[in-house]
Order: sequence, then structure tokens, then C-alpha cells
Amino acid sequence: MTTLTDKPASPARAQVAPPAPKPAKGRTAPMRSQVLTTSFLFLVATYFLMPVWWLLVSSTKSSSDLFGSNGFWFADWNLGANLRQLFDQDGGIFLRWVLNSVLYAVGGGLVATFLAAMAGYGLAKYDFRGRGTIFSVILGAVLIPTPMLALPIYLMLSKVHLVDTIWAVLLPAAVSPFGVFLAKTYAEASVPDELIEAARLDGASEFRIFRTIGLRIMSPALVTIFLFQLVAVWNNFFLPLITLNNQHLWPVTLGLNAWNSDPNQPHANLVVVGALVSVLPLVAAFRSLQRFWRTDLVAGGVKA
Amino acid sequence: MFLAPFGVLFAAMYAVPVGYAIVESLHKMQRSGLGLTPPKRVYAGFENYTKALHDDALWHGVGRVLLFGAIQVPVMLGLALVLALLLDAKSARLKGFFRTAYFLPYAIPGVVATILWAFLYMPRSSPVVSMLDAVGLPSDFLGEDAVLWSIANVVTWTWTGYNMLVIYSALQAIPQELYEAAELDGCGPWRTAWRIKVPLVAPAIALTTVFSVIGTLQLYTEPRVLRPLTSSLDADYTPIMSAYHKAVENNDYGQGAAVSVLLALGTCVLSFAVLKISARLTNGRSSL
Repeated sequence: MTTLTDKPASPARAQVAPPAPKPAKGRTAPMRSQVLTTSFLFLVATYFLMPVWWLLVSSTKSSSDLFGSNGFWFADWNLGANLRQLFDQDGGIFLRWVLNSVLYAVGGGLVATFLAAMAGYGLAKYDFRGRGTIFSVILGAVLIPTPMLALPIYLMLSKVHLVDTIWAVLLPAAVSPFGVFLAKTYAEASVPDELIEAARLDGASEFRIFRTIGLRIMSPALVTIFLFQLVAVWNNFFLPLITLNNQHLWPVTLGLNAWNSDPNQPHANLVVVGALVSVLPLVAAFRSLQRFWRTDLVAGGVKA
Repeated sequence: MFLAPFGVLFAAMYAVPVGYAIVESLHKMQRSGLGLTPPKRVYAGFENYTKALHDDALWHGVGRVLLFGAIQVPVMLGLALVLALLLDAKSARLKGFFRTAYFLPYAIPGVVATILWAFLYMPRSSPVVSMLDAVGLPSDFLGEDAVLWSIANVVTWTWTGYNMLVIYSALQAIPQELYEAAELDGCGPWRTAWRIKVPLVAPAIALTTVFSVIGTLQLYTEPRVLRPLTSSLDADYTPIMSAYHKAVENNDYGQGAAVSVLLALGTCVLSFAVLKISARLTNGRSSL
């Protein structure tokens, strides 16, 4: 990449230099650049953590302190009272919203992951006519933004009277074209054809091979697909907003938005503590599944 | 066989809605002059499309979103790339902590992120506004001119860490021998970063660009959550808001469907353009 004429001295020097200091010099950077780099990283971290800190502090405040005290520091401790009020408000509907979100995100995520695994495995391991076309169609679907689909889905579901039922959120949540894309890429690279052949010779059925060999080998990809879908469904706002009128079916994002939409903010302290509570399940999911989460699949997928 | 279960749901949730939207966009409801009989659904040809193309509010929304993307996407991805490179560099400390800190916002739903930032934007509750006031910098984050960039800040805050992680994973996959060779060639850390690392992670950058562009065009959640709190956001603020406004609030499904179809087409064209351009740039660099 760099031409020799750029720096004629360097290759020569490298040959002359004693071998010992070279790796040492490579391992530790100079003090000045360490300090500079780390301070910059700290500065950026402050930006990312500031709203989170504000949320932690503010969830302990009463409504009046929320507007009357320094937002970055604690006032009177009201976390317990806020939480009690949060789960009592409107007959305890907040808990209902959280459980709905869990149902939509976990249920939709699990089904989507399983279906994507099957489809991806099928596309990767079986040769059949139209395979390329099917894959292109699925890949094209990745590029269609979900909010643009939400409106047609709403119109269609209203025709079959599924609007305002849990299926209006669960059915779309169970489809993940991006998951198929990831599963196919991963299955192609990691499930050996010889293993499938050997299992076939042993008389295992195709589905059993998929279940016992395919799924197991693909598990890192599956966790990634599941987490992606979990986040996507948990974050989804537009689709439930237009398809769900009954507030007992709302996911937590919709509920918080409804409480927050009153310009006078009578529920401000509930919105804040509710925001904190609604974030915890996702953070917990990430913490426990983080070890298996593979972003390099996303990056590597493009090369394929 | 293996494809069937996914295929059925895929058809139901992707192919059928797309087809349905196209059919619907070619129809309109015709109301009789006196309004005594219920409106009839009639074939309208491309009427909905010509109407959409002559809709100033929609065009304003499109322009706004394009301006937003032209600024926000490069800023966010630039920051993500710099952070990924720094975390990959030898001089960084506490890498695990920083990675988690940057990635944390990704686990916070857009609605919640917007609510959080809204509290930090509103003069009544914001410690930031009062701090700026104290040093003589009056700020109006939700004002007509500023609100688009306040939204951009929320989006940047939410997605930078995710994009950083994708680029960082690509960096981790570069074989160590390349760096050793570069060092032997006399490449400093800056030169190594720019001449070796960046070109090698170009596919990851291209991918994050495409997804960011798509994300920009579907901008909805953030402005929608902020809308009740400020008068600076109208019902047609972004194209998706416009489509929803027309279809559901104005009860004109055909018009809403036409806008959706146009947006989907626009998105496809734009994402392909981004892919093509980035493919050309990557090839250009590696052939050097």
C-alpha cells in the first residue's frame, strides 16, 4: 500500500534495529497520546451517559422537585413513592403495559428467530430452483422501512378484523427478513456439508438434522437475531400506535408516550420513573446475552 | 419445506401489504354531492400520485428529512468511526467501560430516549437550559429553527454506539500481521488508521450508511413524541407523519397509500445509490 519511495529510510531502519525493542514499542503507546485519547473518550462518554444520569437522579424526585431542583443532583428521596404511584396509577395499567411489551418482544422475537433460522438454513444448505430469486426478494425487503409497511399492514389487518388485537403486533413481529439474511450467511459459513451428509447416511430425517446439528451450530447467530428482533419490537412505536386503540393492549412505549403527551405534564414524575422501569428489562436482556451477541455477523455479512 | 413457515408469514406481512398498498393507491373514495349516500370506492388511476407530487407540505417534509440526513448521518458515522478506531488503538484505556457507555443508548427505546431528551430540552425542567442561561447563552431547543437539530441529537445519541460496534467488530477481524507489516513500512498510528484500517472496514461503513439513510427517511418516532410538547412540529413534519396524517386522520387511505408507495420507491433508489457509490469508493481505494 505505501510505496517504498515514500519513506526510503524506514525499511532499512527496520532491518538494522535490534529485534527486542520492536514489539515492546508496538504494545504501549506514548503517555501523551494515552492521556489525550482517554480524555476524549471520557468526554464522549459524558455525553452518552448524561441523560442516563439525569434519569437515575430524576426518578427519585417528586413532581415539584423535578421542576424545582437541579436536574443533575438529588433532592428529597421519593423513589419508593414514585414506584408505588407508578404501579397504582389507572388501576395498575403500567404493569400491564410492561407485560404486553415482554409478550410482543419475546414472543415475536422467539418465533421470528426460529423461522429465520429455518429459512436461512434452507437457503444455505439446499440447492433448488429460484433460490437466488427468493433470497434477493428477502434482501430487498430488508431495505423497506417498517413504518412504510405499517400503514398497509394496518389497512390489511382492518380488513380481516385483526386490528386492536394482540395479533396486530405479534404477527408482524414474527417476521425478520434481516434475520434470514444473517442466518443464511452464518449457516453457509459454519454448518459443514459433510456433517449433514454423515447424518443423512445415519438415516436422520432432514428436520432432525436441522434441529440437532443446524440449530446447535447456528446458536451464536440465533442469539444475535433474537436480540435484534427483541430490540426492534420493544422499540416499535408506529405499528402499535396505529393498530391498537385499546390501551390494555398497549406496549409500554405507547403508554409512556400517552402520559407524556399532556402539555401540562400532570404525570411527569410517573413518566420519568416509568421510563427507567421500562428500560431495565432490555438492559437486563443485553447483559445476560451480551457474551453471545455477535455484531461482526452484521459487518461480515456485507462481504458475502 | 424449511422456507415454508417463514414464507407464509413473509408473504402475509410484506408481499400482501405492498400489493395492497399499490392497489389502494389507485383508488379513491367518491362522495356524492349531497353526502346522503355512503362514499363509494372507485378506480382513480394515478390521481393520488399526481396529488401527492403536487403536495407542498409533503415536499417540505422530504426536503427536511434530506437536509437532516445530509448532516446527521455523516456526523453520526464519523463519530462512530472515530470512536471505533480509538477503541481499537493501543493508546486507549478502560475499553470495556467506554464500549458499554457508548452502546447503552441502543438499549433505550426511541420513545423513551426522546422523552428523556425532551425533559433536557424543556426550559421548565432542563438543567442544561438553566446552565446555558447562567452563562448568558439563552437556548430554545424546541424552537422552529432548532427543533430539527434537537431531533438529530436524539437520533445520534441513540445510534452512534450501535454503528460504532459494527465498525469495531470489522476492525477486530483485520489480521494482526497487516499492522506488523505496516509498522515495518514505517506507518505511524494515524497513517495505519487511515490507509489500512479505514479501507478494510469500508464495507461495514457502507452498511451502516445504508441503514442510517433508511432510518432517516422513516423518521417518525422522535418528532411524533415531541409534537405535543412544542408548536414547532406540524402534522406533515416528516414524510411518514404526512402519510399517516393523510391515511388515518384524514381518512384518505388511497392518498396515504400513494405517499407510502412513493416513499418506499424513493428509499430503494436512495439506498441503491448509496450502495453503488460506496462500492465505487471502496474499489477505487483498494486498487491504489
